[in-house]
Amino acid sequence: MSEASLSTSERAQLAPQFDDPHQQRLAATLGMWAFLATEVLFFGAMFTSFVIYRRSEHEGFELGREQMHVLLGTINTAVLLTSSYTMARAVHAAEHSDTASLRRWLLWTALQAAGFLVIKSIEYTEHVQHGLLPGRGFHAHAGHERPGLQMFMFHYFTMTGLHALHVAIGIGLLAGLYFLAGRGRFHRDYYTPVDMIGLYWHFVDLVWIFLFPVLYLL
Amino acid sequence: MASEAALYARVYGVLMLLLLATVLAAQVELGPLHVPVALGIATAKAVLVLAYFMHLRRQGTLVLLFAASGFFWLAVLVALTLADYLTRAAAP
Repeated sequence: MSEASLSTSERAQLAPQFDDPHQQRLAATLGMWAFLATEVLFFGAMFTSFVIYRRSEHEGFELGREQMHVLLGTINTAVLLTSSYTMARAVHAAEHSDTASLRRWLLWTALQAAGFLVIKSIEYTEHVQHGLLPGRGFHAHAGHERPGLQMFMFHYFTMTGLHALHVAIGIGLLAGLYFLAGRGRFHRDYYTPVDMIGLYWHFVDLVWIFLFPVLYLL
Repeated sequence: MASEAALYARVYGVLMLLLLATVLAAQVELGPLHVPVALGIATAKAVLVLAYFMHLRRQGTLVLLFAASGFFWLAVLVALTLADYLTRAAAP
């Protein structure tokens, strides 16, 4: 595509190192997937550690799983899956220059992300009250002093905590998109930030899709 | 383009059904199938999210290669780590 054939809005968003908007978008998409590959390994290493300890400390891990609040975990999974759907609709709206819908779907997504964090903190509070926070204050109730329980809780808090951090960062990113969309920055010729943050958000959902059965059900 | 929105809604519906399936399957005594069933359903959900919500089904080879790289190296990491741990003699 020669530069002369581009619309004004396309040319305004085209960085000098790219030939055309398609190439610019492909570069952003590849960069995002390269980042997500590092995220796969980041969370993957913790899953691997979990698998190894689950095998050697099976009793404690079984007991740990029994401490999980399956109903709250299920609700949170549903919340994240729904937020993934609303994010997909947000990207779809941006793709069709529908700014009002874009902002509405972004707001829905961010609200659900916040709801997820609220439910997660209810679970955390319960665990801490039961003395299940690993460290010096760790005190399992009578009959619950199985070796490996603390190791399970350590994995639980680390994995869900880092995931929750990703959710919190996601809320900030969604708020940024909401603000920029309000200034009319996204339309069919340029909505790469919405698309990329969409990928990030779906990835956060993807991590939880595995965290939920591994920690709550197995 | 309402059809694509309807497609997202259908994918979302299937995801919720799979969530229901995994919770129900966890209540049933499946014995040795317990772990494979739970992880199989999770993988099915992940594939749906990757293909539809993350648009991988309409991406070219280069993007697919980048997307697969993370999972490929994770498979190497898991396989080599477990090759050690699973073949160690039980602690006395």
